Amino acid sequence: MSLTPVQTPIIPRLKKEKIVSLIKTGKRIDGRRLDEYRPITIQLNPIQKAEGSAAVKIGDTMAMVGVKLEVGIPYSDRPNEGVLQVHAEFVPLASPTFEPGPPDENAIETARVIDRSLREPRAIRLEDLAIIPGQKVWIVFNDIYLLDHDGNIIDASMLASMLALNVTKMPKIVSIEGDKVVIDKDSRGQKLPLNLNVVTVTIGKVDKYFIVDPSLEEESVLDAKITVAVDSLGRIVGLQKMGMEGFTEDEVDYVIELALKKAKELHSLLEKVLKNPEEASKSIV
Amino acid sequence: MIEKPVLIKEDGTRHDGRKSEELRPIRMEVGVLKNADGSALVEFGRTKVIAAVYGPREIHPKHMTLPDRALIRCRYHMAPFSTSERKSPAPSRREVELSKVIREALEATVFTDLYPRTTIDVFIEVLQADGGTRTTGLTAASLALADAGIPMRDLVAAVAVGKVNGVLVLDIDELEDEYGEADMPVAMMPSLGKIVLLQLNGVLTPEEFKKALELAKKGINEIYRLQKEALTKKYLSYPEE
Repeated sequence: MSLTPVQTPIIPRLKKEKIVSLIKTGKRIDGRRLDEYRPITIQLNPIQKAEGSAAVKIGDTMAMVGVKLEVGIPYSDRPNEGVLQVHAEFVPLASPTFEPGPPDENAIETARVIDRSLREPRAIRLEDLAIIPGQKVWIVFNDIYLLDHDGNIIDASMLASMLALNVTKMPKIVSIEGDKVVIDKDSRGQKLPLNLNVVTVTIGKVDKYFIVDPSLEEESVLDAKITVAVDSLGRIVGLQKMGMEGFTEDEVDYVIELALKKAKELHSLLEKVLKNPEEASKSIV
Repeated sequence: MIEKPVLIKEDGTRHDGRKSEELRPIRMEVGVLKNADGSALVEFGRTKVIAAVYGPREIHPKHMTLPDRALIRCRYHMAPFSTSERKSPAPSRREVELSKVIREALEATVFTDLYPRTTIDVFIEVLQADGGTRTTGLTAASLALADAGIPMRDLVAAVAVGKVNGVLVLDIDELEDEYGEADMPVAMMPSLGKIVLLQLNGVLTPEEFKKALELAKKGINEIYRLQKEALTKKYLSYPEE
């Protein structure tokens, strides 16, 4: 069952006045422009035991993604394709408000939005991941681990996922006998086959104003937000409206336009990092 | 693998004979349950959903109480027999997410500040799933809220637009969802012109997105009319002498 989240009613309202009055003058509490991301830092392959991994910081929000590959059974309706599974864990060390236990609705929503945004434009070439068609395929586990929560979890998780998938190298297949597939987890071969990259841009709404990449402080006063997933061809490959208020049609149009513009920036950042990993990658964890 | 069925025929009609901008046959009934404070049954073609509202009522456990407004609790759930393959009655990740987006859509319309320290419980049971269950469920839930007499800013009407063989189509069913390229559920408070639910599962160009939203709005206006008709039928009919 989904419940209205508990909010402390007094502090955010005072804060909201301050945040809104600043936004009306085109400023934000942390000094950013309305359409500006916080600084993004990236580390590739921080986890050597994963087939691919990445850590991303957007401001103080830190997300890590580890990609693991296993041999398994395909879905019965797609027998000749590999399987993609996206999970998100909001572990209690990331925020005083997170509790241990199974993923809550926010973690599930984050994972599912990212799952759809990767799946629908066929970002991963799952058809190339069949080992014995109909019987054995690669299962791609994209596990999102949120380490520090300072707002805009989805964009950080998506960026980390896309980077981790890009640097994923598949374990080598040692032998195939009948339907028995033996792999060597310690030797890595080919790169995971990808078609394109996807990024998400999350835009928050406060009164009649729109802010890109809301921080946690800003999120606590948002009326609503929209996450737009955009692929490297400039197509919209996912949408999720969140929060307890609505958007007019004009507002949605504005948000989409802004998201497409910001997505371009994120895509060029992705390309830059992947082209020059040594230069662009910093040690985060 | 099963071969892809013909979704758009040569004459431009869809696999079930509908035109691209045509809704399925819709049935709405209000006040179908005795125990609930408000209830509604809504059918879009073979999709059949029942929604019930309890409240505003006391919250148990008490510590969940909100001091300045009513809590909204929402559960979207599918009956095990609602799908071709039996669905386990345990809540799936999909149901958890849909419960959340449906609740958030309803939060926008209910005057929750009128009932502090109470809960308004919305239960949605999908009895038969043939595509568009979240939008049908939301449409039913807003009728059930109205039936329960809970003050709202507007009704919420919802429909999914899809892209099938490159054609934008209104109110997609399960087959079109499965084999189509995109599924975009939209919910609005029509009189206020506010979009309260928006998701996209699929790929659309920015131009297609604009057209899809227009198409959704067209469908929503028709659904809104039917909602008002269903409420009028129950509440504004005079017994004959």
